[in-house]
Amino acid sequence: MGIMQANQLVAQLSVDDRKLVKLIEHGIPVTRRPYAEIAQQLGITEQMVVARIQALIHSTAIKRYGVVVRHHELGYKANGMVVWNIPDESVSEIGKCIGEYNCVTLSYRRPRRLPDWPYNLFTMVHGQNREAVIAQVNHIVQRCNLSHIEHTILFSMRRFKQRGAKYTRMEHATDHTASPLSENLKSIKQRAHV
Amino acid sequence: MNKIDVLNTLEKNLLNNFQHDMSLSTMPYADIARDLGVGEDKIISTLTELQNRGYISRIGPVFTANRIGVSTLAAMAIPDDELECVARIISTFPEVNHNYEREHHYNLWFVVTACSEEHLDIVLHEIEQHAEHPLMSLPMLEDYFIDLGFKLPWA
Repeated sequence: MGIMQANQLVAQLSVDDRKLVKLIEHGIPVTRRPYAEIAQQLGITEQMVVARIQALIHSTAIKRYGVVVRHHELGYKANGMVVWNIPDESVSEIGKCIGEYNCVTLSYRRPRRLPDWPYNLFTMVHGQNREAVIAQVNHIVQRCNLSHIEHTILFSMRRFKQRGAKYTRMEHATDHTASPLSENLKSIKQRAHV
Repeated sequence: MNKIDVLNTLEKNLLNNFQHDMSLSTMPYADIARDLGVGEDKIISTLTELQNRGYISRIGPVFTANRIGVSTLAAMAIPDDELECVARIISTFPEVNHNYEREHHYNLWFVVTACSEEHLDIVLHEIEQHAEHPLMSLPMLEDYFIDLGFKLPWA
């Protein structure tokens, strides 16, 4: 995928495929015939549903299809977003090197926002605890020859929300200005200014 | 003791062996049952149990970023006493997922996903307005990771 092109590469999914994506994006049911209800809603056969999912996998719109586990619940309590400031000409090579470790679940190039944010490579490292994450990062620094590269680990603290991405269009009619949460924020800010 | 130590062999196999290339047929759990030499009902009840215990988030697709929608990683630097409130406001947006506090000056990190660039821009603007803090948007430029799931340590 070319640099700066990623957000322009939005696949032109057909209306039917968008409907299908909406029905499977939060997972399929765990029942004998998980595609039966989806097929009924789309007015096609179960075989056709499966074939269309297969086509989305072939076109790489779907990256993988199967069981999605939760690291935290499985004992991987620590999660560090490790960000690196890598010379532009090396970022692709180093990003691939880091992405090959099993403890790593993401390796993305993102833009710098100077002067506030100098880091251009984002990797997610999971471990059973903080020390395990630090040890993994040190191991990666050695193996990928990164001792001269500036990096920092942003450990996750509280998790406010976690769920798979929702891609389909939403009716976004929530009026946040009138919500109790916005009132809370106002009162916190007013207290701070007293 | 670590939670994963108390899982039985069937549970471990279900968590580890079907993260990618899961059978695409009209009866995928019957295929898994044949593969593992266990009855289909047992597979369905065990998967349901693993979902109820929170070990499985879902069974289904992981989409390639920016192929069927657009997304960005957003960061905000929020004063400690406002953080929880701002985080809750942001979590109410259906376009927001993976909203985390992280240990840094930029202490709130979340992913925003939308069906188009225009929709994404509108949502980012709305979030800034409601949260009353600026956000830093860091869209993905290149993906270096080939997702084969997460190999758990017993395998």
